[in-house]
Amino acid sequence: MPDYKWPDATRRALMGKRHSRIDGPDKVSGKAKYTQDRKLPDMLYGRIVRCPYAHAKVVSVDTSAAEKMPGVRAVTVIQGPGKEIHWAGDEIVAIAATDENIARDAARSVKVVYEQLPHFVREEDLSEAGSQIKDPEEKTEGDPDKGFKEADVVSEGVYGLPVITHCTFESHGSLNAWEGDDKLLAYISTQAVSDVGSGYAQPLKIPAANVHILQDHIGGGFGSKFSTDRWDVEAAVLAKKAGKPVRMVLDRDEELKVAGARPSTFARVKVAAKKDGTILAWDSTSWGTGGLTGAGAPPLPYCWRIPYRLKHYAVATNIGPSRAWRAPNHPQACCITMGALEDLAATLKMDPLDLFLKNIEMTAPRANLYKEELLKAAEMIEWKKKWHPRGDTTPGHIKKGLGLSIHTWGGRGHVSENRVTIHADGSVSCELASQDLGTGTRTVIAIVAAETLGLPISAITVKIGDNRYPRSGASGGSTTVGGVSASTRRATVDARDLLFQKVAPALNADAAKLEAVGGRIQVQGDPTKSMTWKQACARLGATPIVATGKCIGGRDELTNQGVGGAQMVEVAVDTETGIVKIEKFVAVQDVGYLISLKTAESQMYGAIIMGISYSLFEEKIMDPTTGRMVNPNMEFYKLAGIGDIGRIQVHMVMNKEQDERGVIGLGEPPVVSPGAAIGNAIANAIGIRVPNLPFTPDRVLAALEKRGGLS
Amino acid sequence: MARSRDPDKRPRKGLSRRAFLSRGAGLAIAAPIVTGTGLPAPQGAAADVKILGPGKVPVTLRVNGKTHSLNVEPRVTLLEALRTHLDYTGAKKVCDRATCGACTVIMGGKEVYACSILAVEAQGKDILTVEGLSASGKLHPIQEAFIEHDATQCGFCTPGFVVACKALLDRNPNPTVADIEKGLGGNLCRCGTYVGIRQAVLSAAKTMKGGRTDA
Ligand code: FES
Ligand code: FES
Repeated sequence: MPDYKWPDATRRALMGKRHSRIDGPDKVSGKAKYTQDRKLPDMLYGRIVRCPYAHAKVVSVDTSAAEKMPGVRAVTVIQGPGKEIHWAGDEIVAIAATDENIARDAARSVKVVYEQLPHFVREEDLSEAGSQIKDPEEKTEGDPDKGFKEADVVSEGVYGLPVITHCTFESHGSLNAWEGDDKLLAYISTQAVSDVGSGYAQPLKIPAANVHILQDHIGGGFGSKFSTDRWDVEAAVLAKKAGKPVRMVLDRDEELKVAGARPSTFARVKVAAKKDGTILAWDSTSWGTGGLTGAGAPPLPYCWRIPYRLKHYAVATNIGPSRAWRAPNHPQACCITMGALEDLAATLKMDPLDLFLKNIEMTAPRANLYKEELLKAAEMIEWKKKWHPRGDTTPGHIKKGLGLSIHTWGGRGHVSENRVTIHADGSVSCELASQDLGTGTRTVIAIVAAETLGLPISAITVKIGDNRYPRSGASGGSTTVGGVSASTRRATVDARDLLFQKVAPALNADAAKLEAVGGRIQVQGDPTKSMTWKQACARLGATPIVATGKCIGGRDELTNQGVGGAQMVEVAVDTETGIVKIEKFVAVQDVGYLISLKTAESQMYGAIIMGISYSLFEEKIMDPTTGRMVNPNMEFYKLAGIGDIGRIQVHMVMNKEQDERGVIGLGEPPVVSPGAAIGNAIANAIGIRVPNLPFTPDRVLAALEKRGGLS
Repeated sequence: MARSRDPDKRPRKGLSRRAFLSRGAGLAIAAPIVTGTGLPAPQGAAADVKILGPGKVPVTLRVNGKTHSLNVEPRVTLLEALRTHLDYTGAKKVCDRATCGACTVIMGGKEVYACSILAVEAQGKDILTVEGLSASGKLHPIQEAFIEHDATQCGFCTPGFVVACKALLDRNPNPTVADIEKGLGGNLCRCGTYVGIRQAVLSAAKTMKGGRTDA
């Protein structure tokens, strides 16, 4: 039985260390090609005419002027007379023209008459939502009533996170070209190279096997690029009509309006506790929207097993559909829970770290891990030295505060198959229809293959981004690193063992006694009986070694799930301007068997920065009168810049125990806690909770005013 | 002190011409190019202001030391000209209105947002794109530092950042972290690569002073 097990720390040369990402040179030099960079001969440019109303019925569509315009090659009506439109920005007409600007001119010339219908786009105040509220989901666990009866204190608070967008830097889009009547080639910006083709096949009525998907690089996804969108399919329709390839790429405003949003969640919470800090019970009413379908219930109380009673209302709105956003539902649940617990600590006049530690058993089954991570984070940020009771009493208008949070996420590995080829010239390639979202997927594959084959990372060619390679799952749920590392490990172990069999006679050894290290094949522990990798491969002659390895998904034993993670932050709040500054942010994260330390740390930094961004700046602001998004641009849909992030320190938990767990994904967990930690730090600094994210100056000042004026 | 750089003297990135462009019609520009559109000059235009367009006009661009002749409408931005009409796809279009810096190129020695400069305006100036930094086939020390410090994730903002760093270090070879944060404040990254970028600029500055050649 081949030994696929991950080698322990004493037996690995590459894994767990810092290596530069293998596609770095392409990315820094501008050579990396993204969907938007792709061109084909005679390519046309696609454009979508979008509905300006949040709720309307299409009365008539007149595309005659567009059709007559020189350069316009195809026009299709997507939603014609009689169609009811439920959000501003929905697709009405698609146009293809020889030039991007002509396509824009043509789109402007389309005349659509609408009958406007009443809309609802702001759900923050539940009392205004009326009939938009769906039946509540209710859930109880344990005996919360008993807890509230026995409580010495009950702390109450409101918390909320508005709808935000994905704002991927590469907007959604595709380049679609027909090869004959029923074969489509699509370059598409996607998180699911293997699976996205079916999204074309069904509506275009062609076999899924006839859709060829290509993507070298993707400029961000964060959960918003799993499937084809209507504009991709319409681009393929236009391409067929015009007999030319059509590239359809969204403008920034379209991107922010329709191509990705995280559902909102608001909550009123009560938490009961004993005087000594023992947490007894939780009661919450929450609501939120992700468009017409409302928003699912967040997993409250988050990370803590407190007897609870929950009520959740989904609110239907005309804001457009939502999509999975990095760690769906967790940032919302985390922010509400950790906020409520910090408020409880303040009510008890207790250090929230002490409150967390006192009740840490409630975080089972990871209590020990959380404890360890909290203590490490506390040491990194000097919690015990810097923490003060709620409200910084030092004179002046800059108030500092500390906040903390813990989080969790699943992980595991998705289904993946890797085809490894060892050629007679010594070169090695890995082929799998995966994608690298910038998380370092290519690099992880190369590291695992190189480690197993005893080669340098540069010896491995990684081929991904083509659905004709063996299938690998979509990059979602932090499952990619598990999937591709497990399939790569198995494929390379098998390939290596086949090579051992080939060369064993020449080394006068048993194939089972060989090892591949340092670019050589040798008898285990005996470098005198060895040959170089090249010499070994030369023996393959005309038949390369091809081996495939799989990750079966689910409980694959090379992968695992269920991480913890603790984060702490120090903020400085200017009580005159309401501006919040991040001073220092620390994060401690367990991640199982760690393959690529440098890109893992980058995931941490990136997630924390994204977290700072949604905590301080991001909101999809809807105008109740017009029903439109008022900030569909990057001046007013703000992202954190390089000067907004303070000092960030990350610590990966790496030890034998973690190694033994197997590989666990990291893309999502570290983005969960920042909102909670920052919200708590602000409350600690200024002495009052700012209920809703993002913590913009106006919200901070409003909270200060409520507390009783500026100090 | 060499390192105190007056932020007000910092070359401003191109301003948005969108409102101006959206009026369609001809474009007034003080350049020695004339096309016979027969359109009236905009009110208040100076006597020597010429009208371009709305049809295509010949445009000559010098990119990374190479001269390119194009025929484009005057409303075509430098970014579109580079990406669509030529094959310099390193500079990226993200916001298309001078907010994110993904399209940053160096024009006449200053970093500009190529999305908000017209191709016709960019004539007669040397334009350096990210491709030009490693034209010799060897990566620029800034690019190497970006790799070393993993200052790239999805990479979509990266070319813009690399070019902005080049402009920053040209102006200020010895930047402090505060200088870097100010100097790169006009570029955004969704993946959150700022920690790596800060380190990369500091380390590139060191390398470049160490006698490595500049592009
Ligand atoms: S694309 Fe030019 S600044 Fe954003
Ligand atoms: S690396 Fe993805 S936007 Fe910066």
